[in-house]
Amino acid sequence: MAAGVAAWLPFARAAAIGWMPVANLPMPIAPTEKNKRQDELIILNVSGRRFQTWRNTLDRYPDTLLGSSEKEFFYNEETKEYFFDRDPDVFRSVLNFYRTGKLHYPRYECISSYDEELAFFGIVPEIIGDCCYEEYKDRKRENVERLMDDQEDNKDAKLPNMTFRETMWRAFENPHTSTMALVFYYVTGFFIAVSVITNVVETVPCGSAPNQKEVPCGERYTVAFFCMDTACVMIFTVEYLMRLYAAPNRYRFMRSVMSIIDVVAILPYYIGLVMTDNEDVSGAFVTLRVFRVFRIFKFSRHSQGLRILGYTLKSCASELGFLLFSLTMAIIIFATVMFYAEKGSSSSKFTSIPASFWYTIVTMTTLGYGDMVPKTIAGKIFGSICSLSGVLVIALPVPVIVSNFSRIYHQNQRADKRRAQKMQKARLARIRLSKTGSSNAFLHSKRNGLFNEALELTQLPYKMNLSNQGNTEEEKCLSKSTSLIESQHHHLLHCLEKTTNHEFVDEQYYQQSYLEAGLQNYPSQSPSLSSQDGVTGTCCTRRSKKRHTPLPNASAPAHMQPLTHTHTHQQGLQELSTIHIQPLSTSRSSLNMRIDEPAPLNCQSSQITTAIISIPTPPVTTPEGDAHLPAGPTHQNVVKVSAL
Amino acid sequence: MEAKRVETVSARVDAAVSSTDSVEDELELSAVRHRPEGLEQLEAQTRFSRKELQILYRGFKNECPSGVVNEDTFKDIYAQFFPQGDASTYAHFLFNAFDTDHNGSVSFEDFVMGLSILLRGTVQEKLIWAFNLYDINKDGYITKEEMLDIMKAIYDMMGKCTYPVLKEETPRQHVEVFFQKMDKNKDGVVTIDEFIDCCQNDENIMRSMHLFENVL
Repeated sequence: MAAGVAAWLPFARAAAIGWMPVANLPMPIAPTEKNKRQDELIILNVSGRRFQTWRNTLDRYPDTLLGSSEKEFFYNEETKEYFFDRDPDVFRSVLNFYRTGKLHYPRYECISSYDEELAFFGIVPEIIGDCCYEEYKDRKRENVERLMDDQEDNKDAKLPNMTFRETMWRAFENPHTSTMALVFYYVTGFFIAVSVITNVVETVPCGSAPNQKEVPCGERYTVAFFCMDTACVMIFTVEYLMRLYAAPNRYRFMRSVMSIIDVVAILPYYIGLVMTDNEDVSGAFVTLRVFRVFRIFKFSRHSQGLRILGYTLKSCASELGFLLFSLTMAIIIFATVMFYAEKGSSSSKFTSIPASFWYTIVTMTTLGYGDMVPKTIAGKIFGSICSLSGVLVIALPVPVIVSNFSRIYHQNQRADKRRAQKMQKARLARIRLSKTGSSNAFLHSKRNGLFNEALELTQLPYKMNLSNQGNTEEEKCLSKSTSLIESQHHHLLHCLEKTTNHEFVDEQYYQQSYLEAGLQNYPSQSPSLSSQDGVTGTCCTRRSKKRHTPLPNASAPAHMQPLTHTHTHQQGLQELSTIHIQPLSTSRSSLNMRIDEPAPLNCQSSQITTAIISIPTPPVTTPEGDAHLPAGPTHQNVVKVSAL
Repeated sequence: MEAKRVETVSARVDAAVSSTDSVEDELELSAVRHRPEGLEQLEAQTRFSRKELQILYRGFKNECPSGVVNEDTFKDIYAQFFPQGDASTYAHFLFNAFDTDHNGSVSFEDFVMGLSILLRGTVQEKLIWAFNLYDINKDGYITKEEMLDIMKAIYDMMGKCTYPVLKEETPRQHVEVFFQKMDKNKDGVVTIDEFIDCCQNDENIMRSMHLFENVL
């Protein structure tokens, strides 16, 4: 609960009078202030600069230095003030946090000095307000990266116990780590180049015998080229297999782009080996050779620039798409227009609209081959419009792509996207955490409060084997955790519970009871069975049911924390649920945990044991089985035994 | 009530500025600040002591520096006390109950008057205040629908994670029970006299009315 709002707590409590006429149950007693003292000003002297504030202001956050008794260590008797030998500029932010409930990070402040001050005053940086949080995180990350850069020399150091596989993988990824890796790197690069050049030279017409027509070198020196090809492919295959072996996550490696390129590069060769020299498939075989050109993409492992280019194109997909789309639109429009304009002229090359596409493209990209030219006047007019607009259409998206490319060279870009995602999630998590924090505090104090009551009640009738010392210690440690404001807030929530005759519970408990309710409501059985997936799948250790009553207090803290367990198997077959309730020694505690009977119980009564035992039954998967569940007590899944 | 002194930030902007913008400017500026009456007057009108008024005002001004609370701020503040549920509907009804002159904002005087009744008033006054809260359209009668609205708003504040699990018809059943109890002549509405009678005869309610007296 924010500090400033604490001042409105009296109002909220007063407004609770509105619930009174419709309340079901009597209200709990309000907490009283034990020693109501007048609010006083205290002076905080930070390195000579005096700050003054109300004592109540500082008490809002009892788990910080200024809000707890820790500040007494800094009390100066002579001057009657608290003296801190710290930076007064940063202290301003700290004190403002108490006043307004929001912690701000001043931009001119050094991040490490700010962190130190926060740590000194016991304030967690996560509560920095949203206005300053991103700046804070940015600066913090920069600082951390700076520290990491300083240690980069050690980054490539060989860790002592790396397996052979890890060494290999490291060698593949960073060629500079060892000489072997470098050699390997250059050898593969060389062979890629050789392979590409081979493919190219294969098609060049070599000199021929005088009486034969020109043949490409590939057909003349078939064997030589075949050997060269084989050698390259073998090297590539070996490299691929080695990478596959060394990869830490083979599945992910196989899905990566580079490995796909590798596979595509060597596949045609093997397919060619497999296929016989058949007339029908040789055409397809020739097509496969085209894929050999993909070997050139293997260079992207060797070139950073190529990778960045690929990344740019990927990230500019939307701009490229826009370019393509607008070009297509323009092409279609102009092609249609040109077709109809040139329809009249004889021997026109514009035989159809698709045929006009070629003209339009060539004109718009300002190529102008001249194989198709318009002859009519209308055609010439539209042709000129076409070429003028072509320049515009192409010029528009290109700067965007260019700027993208330069943007990617900038160091922070990829870090930005990752950072933004993390921050969004972290921010939502923080908001959720603070929300659950206050409700958890209430639930926690409820249990503690009940334990307190249990403690008081059992003092009288039962003789404990605990010493008095132990009791008071536990009492003390429980009572100090809630301040007056917190106890008043909890009292308010307690009144709401009494008004509506329902209790606040936490998520886990709610889902358990939901499941239980589902077990009892026959028509809704199947949904509750399927909702088991959402219910806690964690298998909790089963507490023994044999908990003897004469030891309530020694074991009370142990089993107070989760009072019920739901032990759910995902198979949901043998045991649907096993819910244990520890037999409680005090009637009041058990009543508050499970309000089944609203009638007030006699405090003096002896122990109440409420136990729910589940009997394993064959799987209840059929709807008929559901309907038969409540048939008889012996067939029931859940048997409730309560002894009052 | 007494005239609230509405102070514009720049008091020197007087009627001499005749352009039409000045009207809008004035309206805008006047919406920004509101100063409450003097401490003595408030002391006379409410049952709080000087020190208590000081403490109340400091808290009030901290959350609402402009001097008035509008409904959204009110809902925000009230929602922080009930993190598990949705307190906005009930806060809406509360706001209407505090905003006695229905001008859409609660000033410090409204606030302190309401609190004075709730914390220091007689039981009769408190019951009248509660009746006003329930009577949403302020026509002097509580119908079943009005009570159902209030009940749903109260149950909304509990949120989802409750034990036993909140069902759809729980508020309705709750209303049935209480309406039966309160509507003596069975005419379908509860008048203020029926309300006060019924509450005065119920021990629990009488006792709980004194619950928050030591709040300040």
